[in-house]
Amino acid sequence: MSAQTTVQAPTPGRARITARTMRKDRWWIGPLVTAVVLGGFVVYGTWAALVNANYYAEPYLSPLYAPCLTSSCPEQLLEPRFLADWWILTPALFILPFPLGFRLTCYYYRKAYYRAFWGSPPACAVGEPHKRYTGETRFPLILQNVHRYFFYFALIFAAINIEHAILAFRNHEGEWGHMGVGTLFLVANAVLLTVYTLSCHSCRHITGGRLNHFSRHPVRYWLWTQVSKLNGRHMEWAWASLVVVALADLYIRLVANGTITDITFF
Amino acid sequence: MGYDLQLRVWRGDAAKGDFIDFTVEAEEGEVVLDVLHRLQATQAGDLAVRWNCKAGKCGSCSMEVNGHPRLSCMTRLSDFDRAETISVSPLRTFPVIKDLVTDVSFNYEKAKEVPAFAPRPKDPDGTYRMMQEDVERGQEFRKCIECWLCQNTCHVIRDHEENKPAFAGPRYFIRYAELDMHPLDTNDRRTLTDKQAGIGLCNITKCCTEVCPEGIKITDNGIIPMKERVADRKYDPLVWLGSKIFRRGE
Ligand code: SF4
Ligand code: SF4
Ligand code: FES
Ligand code: FES
Repeated sequence: MSAQTTVQAPTPGRARITARTMRKDRWWIGPLVTAVVLGGFVVYGTWAALVNANYYAEPYLSPLYAPCLTSSCPEQLLEPRFLADWWILTPALFILPFPLGFRLTCYYYRKAYYRAFWGSPPACAVGEPHKRYTGETRFPLILQNVHRYFFYFALIFAAINIEHAILAFRNHEGEWGHMGVGTLFLVANAVLLTVYTLSCHSCRHITGGRLNHFSRHPVRYWLWTQVSKLNGRHMEWAWASLVVVALADLYIRLVANGTITDITFF
Repeated sequence: MGYDLQLRVWRGDAAKGDFIDFTVEAEEGEVVLDVLHRLQATQAGDLAVRWNCKAGKCGSCSMEVNGHPRLSCMTRLSDFDRAETISVSPLRTFPVIKDLVTDVSFNYEKAKEVPAFAPRPKDPDGTYRMMQEDVERGQEFRKCIECWLCQNTCHVIRDHEENKPAFAGPRYFIRYAELDMHPLDTNDRRTLTDKQAGIGLCNITKCCTEVCPEGIKITDNGIIPMKERVADRKYDPLVWLGSKIFRRGE
C-alpha cells in the first residue's frame, strides 16, 4: 500500500496527475489497524469456535457458545439441547452464523472491511486498486440489504446473552449470590452487545426512521430519538462489544482449562 | 511575521500540465487561498483559481491541499509546518479547465434529475401545517453549500469515470433524503434513489462525511436512512406485505 503506486493513466479531461494520492499523512494506519484487529478476531474466533472444549466453566458459558443447543452441551445449562452433535459442527458453529451475519452486514463493519481488506477505497482521496467497481448493486454484496433480518435475530441473541449474564450470578451449586471476574466479563459482554444491537442503523430505521410524520407517532419518535443517540456512537459500540466478547471467551477458556482460577468477590 | 512558503501548484489544462514549485511570502493567520492570491499578484498573473466569499459559505474555492479535498479559504497555513512544501491541485474527479479551476457541471446535470418538491394540496383554510419535529431532520441537509467536495472525494466516480452516468453522488443522496423525509412532499423517491441516483453503488465508506465542510452527517443521516427506505421497497417482503395489508404508505 505505498503512496507512490500509480493507478492507470488519468481519465481524459481530468488534470493529469499520476500519483495515486497526493496525501502525505499516514493514511494507511487506519486500514492497517482495522485489518489487524478484525483479522485477529476472525482467527481467534474461528479457532475458539472449532476447538469444542473449555467453553464452559461453571457457572460461566462462553458467549461464543451461547445458546448451547447440542447434546454435548453441559447439563447444568437451561437451554434445550435438541441438536445432535455432528461432524465438525460444534455447538458454536450452529449459532454463530447469526451474530456473524449481523456484524458482516452491519453498516459500520462494511465500511471497515471495504476499506481495510478490499481497499475500496483504502482511505479518502487515495486511489483504489480495482479496475471495475459495482458497489452493492450485484450478488453477493446486494445481500447486504438483508441486514434488518439479522438485526431481528440479534435482538434474540442479546436476550440470550443477558440471560447468561444473569445466570453467572449463581455459584457452583446453582445458588444465587455469586460474583466473580467471569460474572463481570459476562455482564460487560451482555451490556455492550445489547447497546451495539440497539444502536444499529436498521433499528433506527425500524423504530422511527421510516416515518415522515414524527408528530403523529410520539412514542416511535421518542424511541427514534433515543436510538439515534446510541447510533451516533455505533462504531465505538461495534469495537467494544467485539473485543469484550473475545476477552470473555478467553477468560472462561483459561478458567476452564485450569490455567487460572476465577477470582470471586462473593 | 512573514515567512517564505514553499508551494507546489498544479498548472495546466486538459491537454497537459504539471506541478510547478513556487516560493511565496506568507503572513501569520493566512489561509491557502491568501497565498494563491499573492502568487497570482506577484508571480503568476494568469493563475486560474475560483473563489468568491472567502468565508467558507459559497463553495467555490474547493481544491486539494496536500491531497486533502478542502475549501482553500478555510485551510489555515498554521495547520502545516512552516518548512513543509504544500501541494495544491484541482479537484480530481472533474474535467480541468485551467490550473485549479474544474468544470463541475456534472453536478448541475445530476441536480436536474431530482424531481422538484411536490407538496400535497393545502389544508381547507388555505395553509400548510407542519410540526417542528417533522421538518427538523431535513434541515441538516439544507446547510449544504454545494462545494462538491463530497462528490469529488467519492471513490465511486473519482476512481471510476464510467460510473458517472449511473451515480448522482452523496450531495444528491441527501437531497433525495431531504425530500423523501419531507412531510408534505408527495413524490415517492425511494425507487428514484435506487434506479436513477444509483444509491446501490455507494458502499458507505463515509469519505463524503469526512470532507464535508458543513459537517453534514451525509452517510449516517442521509445515505443509510435512504438505503433502508430502498430496502423497505425492494428487499423486504415483510414490509411489502405489511403495506398491502394495512394500506399504510408512510
Ligand atoms: S459513503 Fe457512499 S457516497 Fe459517500 S463517499 Fe463513500 S461511497 Fe461515496
Ligand atoms: S454535502 Fe457538504 S461536501 Fe457535499 S456539496 Fe454539500 S457542503 Fe459540500
Ligand atoms: S449493526 Fe451496525 S448497522 Fe446494524
Ligand atoms: S471562497 Fe467561498 S467557500 Fe471559499
